[in-house]
Amino acid sequence: MHELSLSSAIVNTVVKHAEGRRVTVVSLRVGRLRQVVPDTLAFYFDFVARDTVCEGARLEQEIVEARLRCHPCGLEWPIEIPAFRCPTCGGGDVGVASGNEFEVESIEVEEAACIAQR
Amino acid sequence: MHRTKVKVVEEALDANNTIARANRADFDRAGVKVVNFMSAPGAGKTTLLERVVATVPGVRVGVLEGDVQGSMDADRLASLHVPVTQLNTDPGFGGECHLDANMVRSALGALPLDEIDLLVIENVGNLVCPAEFRVGEDRRVMVASVTEGEDKPLKYPLMFRTCDLVLVNKIDLLPHLDYDLDRFLYNLDHVHPDVERILVSARTGDGIGAWRDWLSAVAAREEALA
Repeated sequence: MHELSLSSAIVNTVVKHAEGRRVTVVSLRVGRLRQVVPDTLAFYFDFVARDTVCEGARLEQEIVEARLRCHPCGLEWPIEIPAFRCPTCGGGDVGVASGNEFEVESIEVEEAACIAQR
Repeated sequence: MHRTKVKVVEEALDANNTIARANRADFDRAGVKVVNFMSAPGAGKTTLLERVVATVPGVRVGVLEGDVQGSMDADRLASLHVPVTQLNTDPGFGGECHLDANMVRSALGALPLDEIDLLVIENVGNLVCPAEFRVGEDRRVMVASVTEGEDKPLKYPLMFRTCDLVLVNKIDLLPHLDYDLDRFLYNLDHVHPDVERILVSARTGDGIGAWRDWLSAVAAREEALA
């Protein structure tokens, strides 16, 4: 259900960068740890995008695998399930190397002259 | 038709985080420490607050009560004679399922910041969305009650990983449940190794002293936290 709130965050971010131009593609990087359901996000995005420059834009989602790093022993490993203890030294001082991303990577926009064609 | 690709590379929640930092700056200026208090609906947040808000030694506690609708929780806490501010997320029907930084910002003017040392923001009951949205807190506390099952850390890792303290509530019910406490603690340790946890029963008072001490320690910290 958080996909609705996240969709609003995406649209707000994109609107800021679009500077009034119509947006055709939004490219997103989503870390696995965000627990986002891609289809649900796309559904809500279409809904939230209505009446904004994002209306009708395609949402491209690149899923970023989750990787952890053990600070004391330096091991870095991928995880499929939420297990945050180092498998080598058993330590709990573990950071997320990747998988927390939720960023708008780029957008594709139509230049101002084209807006009249809508 | 001419199309241009525009590089953005911006965390989509940056806008929220920026407002959260502004809230933090305002809280810091007022010398108020802030706890974001979260759980699933019905885990016992309000009752756990009722047990402590008026009795943290030397600490004036205020509460910002977030609910989709109604002021039942705020009324319960206000009867303890602590300052309570109600924040409803519902503009009509279908209100937000969490508090975000902007909602808390909108409530700043209504908060008696010069009369309190510690503000507890009771979030909307939900284990998903509140984890995503910082509101300007120093510390995050969540309640996981034993009636919810042992597997919850594995199902809601973001919530369990982003909190600084887990209150395991309703332990008075353990003899009546099939709940395996060791299993829960094992799962918790896998999702958030070494996170602080206190076993409590809001009903019997077990562990409430430790919960009160924890709040007292947060309020007593001189420097700005996290």
